[in-house]
Amino acid sequence: MSLVLHLPALQVVLPLISAPLAVLLRHGGVAFAVVTAAAWAAFACAIGLWLQVGQAEGGVISYHIGSWPPPWGIEYRVDRLASFVLLLVSGMAALVLPYSRASIEREIPRELHYLYYAMFGLCLTGLLGITITGDAFNIFVFLEISSLSTYVLIALGRDRRALAAAYRYLIMGSIGATFIVIGIGFLYLMTGTLNLVDMAERLRTIESSRPVLAALAFITVGVSLKLALFPLHQWLPNAYTYAPSAATAFLAATATKVSVYVLIRFWFSVFGESLVFHKLPLPQILLLLSLAAMFAASFTAIFQDNLKRLFAYSSVGQMGYITLGMSFDSVNGLDAAILHLFNHGITKAAIFLLIGGLVLGLAKPGAVLPTPTFDRLAGLAKRMPFTCFGIVLAGLSLIGVPGTAGFISKWYLILAAMEAGKFWIVGAILLSSLLAVVYVWRFVEVAYFKPAPEGSVRQEAPLSMLIPAWLLVIGTIWFGLDTSFTVGTATEAALQLVRVGK
Amino acid sequence: MLEHFSHIVTVFLLVAGLFIVIARGNLIKKLVGLSILQTSVYLLYIAPGKLLGGTAPILAPQLSVYSNPLPHVLILTAIVVGVATLALGLALAVRIREAYDTIEEDEILALDHAADAREGS
Repeated sequence: MSLVLHLPALQVVLPLISAPLAVLLRHGGVAFAVVTAAAWAAFACAIGLWLQVGQAEGGVISYHIGSWPPPWGIEYRVDRLASFVLLLVSGMAALVLPYSRASIEREIPRELHYLYYAMFGLCLTGLLGITITGDAFNIFVFLEISSLSTYVLIALGRDRRALAAAYRYLIMGSIGATFIVIGIGFLYLMTGTLNLVDMAERLRTIESSRPVLAALAFITVGVSLKLALFPLHQWLPNAYTYAPSAATAFLAATATKVSVYVLIRFWFSVFGESLVFHKLPLPQILLLLSLAAMFAASFTAIFQDNLKRLFAYSSVGQMGYITLGMSFDSVNGLDAAILHLFNHGITKAAIFLLIGGLVLGLAKPGAVLPTPTFDRLAGLAKRMPFTCFGIVLAGLSLIGVPGTAGFISKWYLILAAMEAGKFWIVGAILLSSLLAVVYVWRFVEVAYFKPAPEGSVRQEAPLSMLIPAWLLVIGTIWFGLDTSFTVGTATEAALQLVRVGK
Repeated sequence: MLEHFSHIVTVFLLVAGLFIVIARGNLIKKLVGLSILQTSVYLLYIAPGKLLGGTAPILAPQLSVYSNPLPHVLILTAIVVGVATLALGLALAVRIREAYDTIEEDEILALDHAADAREGS
């Protein structure tokens, strides 16, 4: 029974312990077992917390690390939104890790496998930690834990361009993290506290003084770098393209989403709506950048020859929908942003997992893995029917076809736009969805309608890779038909944020 | 003017570091810039926590004024993070040198573009 009370700590500590264990054991198979067990345990913790939040007083679980009461000690704080993001992050890890085993077999030298699992464990720790902590400086520390392990995960890609991509991400990510810590520094100087709740209360008395505005600016720009808000997305396409397939899928589904969570947390729970939305032109700026991302990034995606890079650019475009939802300053807008954060996470993870299997299927036995360029994909649907059909279904969700998860979040986004009276944005959402139709159709055309090269044999990806990927594909359909879990949770989270942020 | 001395130094380091990161193409010089940028944060936290004549936070009858220890602890963590970032960045620079035979950003970009063009055709 007492173990249940310590779920918030276990959530972070279990993956944290698994990482050094994986390094000490120095064996790929054992490290795999340890980190996967930790990820599954973390997923169980997240489910437990999600259930607990519903019954908790005020809808918030507050856990005091070392029994030091906040604001002196570090507080772990789980509200509806945090429990939702925890569920997404740990669930993704629990699915991607079993997939990794077969996937990294040919992507990473065998003697480095244990390091891959160690880095994965650390990355998971960092992302869960950012989400659960209620302490501003703690956010920075967990952010760096997840970022540093992410750079290593990307650099493990077999192409040398992975190294350059990891280096570039390291530079831009560190600038972002430094900006965030500068912002937190200003807030600490002005309020004398690091606890987010305490900070929010004290900020009410000193709003709109200049250091607070500077803090808001630094934190917004820093987090925007991490969440790849257009035009700060330059690190993303190459990082996603050259990272190992499993790492790409995990990062695409979680890393940028957790950054969105940080932005929502600071904007609504710390600075408060009135400062962010009414005293500064932030919503207008965010609206413009979101629209730019939706069009420019999706447009760039159309002209990519490498399938992985195509969907990386599509990720930048889809992040635009999430930030667009935030810019409306309404419960419905926030609702749509939180929904799309979840729905896009599972959709994009499914696509990148399937592309990982597709690359394996393209490879000749014993040869180096090829790049998934379009000329190699001709007639692939005959050789890999399950993989290709999965990509098409998830692609429909990217477009936002009714019956898929992507439709639900776009529907709520359109509702929020109409509620705000901005009907031209509805048109923009529909137009940019057409761009998604174009890039998904490029894949369909090549894979289904071009003749396969002579002598190609049917060769599906291994089952250990197909099953996690298809679970996610089924998820995108499931959450498109039965929305009680996703919409219910997102609405509750949005209401809670706005109520507290007033 | 003089009372803001530490802030002026902080802002100078911040801008100088950021400028080096953006303007220099050499991977090592970029990391130097990044370290300077991070150093400015250390100063931002540490300087306001120091009181003139203040001592370490010890409970003793003859001491009444002491400096706030919390910023020091925070920055100790930030320094560790900075060292880890620098170490990882340098390790990546070494690997890039082995793979590309150069650590100049423009040359690496040119090599990458050539590789992209080969794949596209």
